[in-house]
Amino acid sequence: MSELRDLYQEVILDHHKRPRNFRAMEDATRQAQGHNPLCGDRVTIFVRMAGGKVEDVSFQGSGCAISKASASLMTDALKGATVAEVDALFEQFQAMVTSAPDADVDLDSLGKLAVFAGVREFPSRVKCASLAWHALRAALKSDEVIVSTESAAD
Amino acid sequence: MSSTAQAPPSLDISRIREEFPILHQQVHGKPLVYLDNANTSQKPRLVLDALKKYYEFENANIHRATHVLSERSTQAYEGARERVRKFVNARESAEIILTTGCTDGLNLVAQSYARPRLKPGDEILVSWMEHHSNIVPWQLVCEQTGAVLKVVPITDSGELMLDEFDRLLGDRTKIVAIVHVSNALGTINPIETIIAKAHARGVPVLVDGAQAVPHLPVDVQALDCDFYAFSSHKMYGPTGSGALYGKRALLDAMPPYRGGGDMISSVTFEKTTYNTLPYKFEAGTPNIAGVVGFGAAVEYLGGFDMRAIAAHEHDLLEHATRGISEIPGVTVVGTAPKKAGVLSFIMDDIHPHDIGTVLDRDGVAIRTGQHCAQPIMDRFGVPATARASFAIYNTHDEIDTFLRAVRRVREMFA
Repeated sequence: MSELRDLYQEVILDHHKRPRNFRAMEDATRQAQGHNPLCGDRVTIFVRMAGGKVEDVSFQGSGCAISKASASLMTDALKGATVAEVDALFEQFQAMVTSAPDADVDLDSLGKLAVFAGVREFPSRVKCASLAWHALRAALKSDEVIVSTESAAD
Repeated sequence: MSSTAQAPPSLDISRIREEFPILHQQVHGKPLVYLDNANTSQKPRLVLDALKKYYEFENANIHRATHVLSERSTQAYEGARERVRKFVNARESAEIILTTGCTDGLNLVAQSYARPRLKPGDEILVSWMEHHSNIVPWQLVCEQTGAVLKVVPITDSGELMLDEFDRLLGDRTKIVAIVHVSNALGTINPIETIIAKAHARGVPVLVDGAQAVPHLPVDVQALDCDFYAFSSHKMYGPTGSGALYGKRALLDAMPPYRGGGDMISSVTFEKTTYNTLPYKFEAGTPNIAGVVGFGAAVEYLGGFDMRAIAAHEHDLLEHATRGISEIPGVTVVGTAPKKAGVLSFIMDDIHPHDIGTVLDRDGVAIRTGQHCAQPIMDRFGVPATARASFAIYNTHDEIDTFLRAVRRVREMFA
């Protein structure tokens, strides 16, 4: 059962039960939807950009504990970040969740997001962890769009 | 044949389990408890041996050569067709089209029966509880012909609203396409009644029988259905094979579905004539091994009284339903009085995906998601459900393990 505890750590369960920034944003300058048709996870990411930085970010949607906690932790991690910093974090997060379970990954730079390292033992849940991130990237790239976990990988 | 008043003979489940090699393995250090049978079933040794024997002793192309191997393969292939015919009690083997699966058969009827006939404004009647394979082919036909899709609503318990069916069955209805057993809800539909009502208005009926044939007795003549489609891999056979039953008169009048070798009688660039039934609908080299395996699966099932299988699975369903209803925060989705061995459920504030992951760690395999039935998910207002589905080799102990694992989910997410 220790692998399950690696996946469903306290932090993740907490962010699932009490997701941060879980609200719609009326004055969002950017938004995008993410959808995993295989399991029904849906997330909408709202972003308000100002001066090239993420002034506010929030999300709405329904989904599994992993997708919700990931969206919640992501929004916490991104407040005040520049677009370049968001991109860098996205790459690091993706690299971590898609790496082999025993691979050496720099977890320090990920801060709290490192709790998702456990997802590597559960390949079928990687898409849950990265859904919010893909939606966020789509939000920053264009205005309104729906990202699916089943479309061509970017 | 035993009378219906007699209880069917009971099954020797432990002996049955010994015939399925895949069941005897550990998953994450726990014995595998395979409860995802509506997704695909496991295969008995008889089927595995038939597949191996085919490629070791019988493999050659069918209907096409004069050497011994070709005779063996043709006999194995046609022998399988005949077994399938007998299993569903079709009158003649010309009425059994061998397909690549239920989805293939449903598309065949849509394209070869419906599409050439339908005019703008004609109606196709399906239901809210269909699998995507019995929705999308009809949507395609509607796009192609200008016909309109009408949908019979279902009750909160997951049953067809028969009065709505009566209302929707109209002068422009050209075909009814209905599922026998719902893969997401487990509901067993009263298809005899539906067929009688449709026939009274001269409307043919296509039945999606993928989840029915492995689990209850099916007699296409008794049902009087016009088409009946099913899959090998749901009934202990290999993937990539299935059958479509169709009444001869209808199949004779239908144009071919796919063109190529074997479905022709003669070919010139001026004119090509088509082969007789069933070959008219079997173009190209088929999945011969798959058909042979399918035939072995039918032989395997034929050794049982299907009513005994239905009774066993019903028993498991009752045990599981009772047990799961005692777990706080669980709601069963699909509570029709007549159900096959399918248990769909949701848990308060816990996504099915998380349920599936926790159960997997206990060795329990279920399906979580939308079950290729997004309309049903929408109808019940859920993003997804968790689904346990039973087969001939499942046991009470396995259900108990499943229930314990569901309790563990509850504790973990409390």
